[in-house]
Amino acid sequence: MSGILLLEQSLNGLQFGLMLFLLAAGLTLVFGIMDMINLAHGSLYMVGAFLAATFVDLTGSFWLAVALALAGTALVGMALEVSVLRRLYARDHLSQVLATFALILVANETVRIVWGPQLPLAAPPALAGPVEIVPGLQYSSYRLVIIAVGLAVAAALYFAIARTRVGMLVRAGASNREMAVAMGVNIKRLFTIVFGCAAALCAVAGAMLGPILAVQVGMGENILILAFVVIVIGGIGSIRGALVGALLVGVVDTMGRAFLPHLLRQFLRADLAGALGPALASILIYVLMAAILFWKPQGLFPARG
Amino acid sequence: MRRTALALAAALPLAFAAQAADKVKVGFISTLSGPNAAIGVDIRDGFNLAVKLAGGKLGGLPAEVIVADDQLNPDVAKQNADRMVKRDRVDFVTGTVFSNVVLAIAPQVIESKTFFIGPNAGPAQYTGAQCNPYFFSSSWPSEAYSEAAGQYVTQRGFKSVVFLAPNYQGGKDAANGFKRYFKGKLAEEMYTKLGQLDYAAELAQIRAAKPDALYVFLPGGMGVNFIKQFVASGMSKDIQLVVPLWGSDQDIIRAVGDPMLGLFSLGHWTIDLDNAANRKFVAEFEKAYKRLPTGYAASGYDTGLLLDAAIRKVKGKIEDKEALRAAIKSADFKSVRGDFKFGANQFPVQNYYLQAITKNADGRIVHKTVGTVLTARGDAYVQDCKMK
Repeated sequence: MSGILLLEQSLNGLQFGLMLFLLAAGLTLVFGIMDMINLAHGSLYMVGAFLAATFVDLTGSFWLAVALALAGTALVGMALEVSVLRRLYARDHLSQVLATFALILVANETVRIVWGPQLPLAAPPALAGPVEIVPGLQYSSYRLVIIAVGLAVAAALYFAIARTRVGMLVRAGASNREMAVAMGVNIKRLFTIVFGCAAALCAVAGAMLGPILAVQVGMGENILILAFVVIVIGGIGSIRGALVGALLVGVVDTMGRAFLPHLLRQFLRADLAGALGPALASILIYVLMAAILFWKPQGLFPARG
Repeated sequence: MRRTALALAAALPLAFAAQAADKVKVGFISTLSGPNAAIGVDIRDGFNLAVKLAGGKLGGLPAEVIVADDQLNPDVAKQNADRMVKRDRVDFVTGTVFSNVVLAIAPQVIESKTFFIGPNAGPAQYTGAQCNPYFFSSSWPSEAYSEAAGQYVTQRGFKSVVFLAPNYQGGKDAANGFKRYFKGKLAEEMYTKLGQLDYAAELAQIRAAKPDALYVFLPGGMGVNFIKQFVASGMSKDIQLVVPLWGSDQDIIRAVGDPMLGLFSLGHWTIDLDNAANRKFVAEFEKAYKRLPTGYAASGYDTGLLLDAAIRKVKGKIEDKEALRAAIKSADFKSVRGDFKFGANQFPVQNYYLQAITKNADGRIVHKTVGTVLTARGDAYVQDCKMK
């Protein structure tokens, strides 16, 4: 019984971690390569989810809608980079924070005007129910698909970064931007491409999470904080760090919420454990972040030496 | 020159006194931006509808509604309340959605002897020892919905129930209310972080606990996420999910869609309540705003009707605070929720209904009244209120 519960909670942690990875990967690239703090990253995630919901309505196919949302959000991201964010690279981090925070407000109100405060987005009917993975464990089939998509994207990203020419430029930019420019890399174009990819990853996360989370205005802000925690843990600019950090956060958060209250009940009075358990579980990932920064101030896999 | 200034200074208070009698000012502080904006917007639209249908007047006096957004931030709300009470000199403050905002602004509003009418959150503090002549709630005492849920779950004979709420004051209030009426065994009492997105971990624990029913107290986006994930987990076939009305209202139905069907909720108002006031409200609301009203909108509308009736009763003499208070307390109007009166603590004494979520004749997902769970219920703290 408890073995099954443990397996189920591990799957939950994996699924949550992989979706966080999609957001964190884009964030860490933008932060690491362009030295740009983009708070509006969560807004692209929101735009991706709203686009997916709209395209599901228009095309009737969930997967086609995900693909269209991905392309659409990448275009929105690149347009944003060319029109607004490009002017911020030379400014300090405070200006970037202020400007991209303003973008969050603009994006929220724009989405509200275009689509209204929320849209329904359901999983494809074939995936709506649970499947039995091992005897006695019913697990949401849609969450399994999320895990599969997350793993596939992580593998594709690894291949793109480690094996392709653009990936090489990205790595060069992340480890030493000045040197990359000096070696003749067209950094302007590279930035636009990276930003478009980051936006596309956001759209995948938004569209895939849409059927289990609310597709509503402001959905990006909640998850953005977690994405920042992930990239700080993983090391800014490192895709590998983002993957490890995201899985750590996903698993620790899930396990903490699931088992910490019960664990405390073994040692403490029931009322004390009842009050302490949920509070402790909800700060667990921040404790994790603080501990990692204590021993590894640059994060687990710093991109710069 | 100096004489003119003196004359002006002397005339000013007179001008103000005259003005107070020929119109009524309502300060409307509500959450109108951010993820929970839909709630504030619905209360505002409901209130404005009541004013509009009365010809832009409340109780015969031309009404000026000053709207401000609190951004769900108690500090912003306090600044707005301060401005409205001191500069705009409003006669009433209402509109507030969340209990933490109510607790932040109510003290300064009631201290200035301005009436505070809560159209949504009714914090338990103000139902008991802290009750105040200037504090009214036109919605429900904060534990009432959960009391009704506890009563319903007991009536249905569910033996083992899991309770789930965010870890904040509202969640604790809900637990108190639920446990007061639930006679079975609480298999598990779970609290999550306020604003949590993913409930997979909790759902796995619920599956392991194998309860008959699940009472979930999750407002706004949290409720949307939970209901979607609960249905996808396949447990909805074996476990009856019970939620408060506002955990399943039109704002959530619009985001979740068909998976909502078959849920049970509890509330002080249902869209199909069969009384003349409600039929008119639902029809006019849809005509004006092109969407179905929520319980929030009904509460905002009722607040408008309440003020209208009270001001009419004192014949527009709203400077006489004692008379006005008595007039509000008499609640001499036809509420959209049916029978309604104020208890000694100026909180509602009313019925709570069981509602099923179904499709109506034209294919829209709506609540349907199934029965009455609590009749003329006030709250558990009224005896601590010593106010006359």
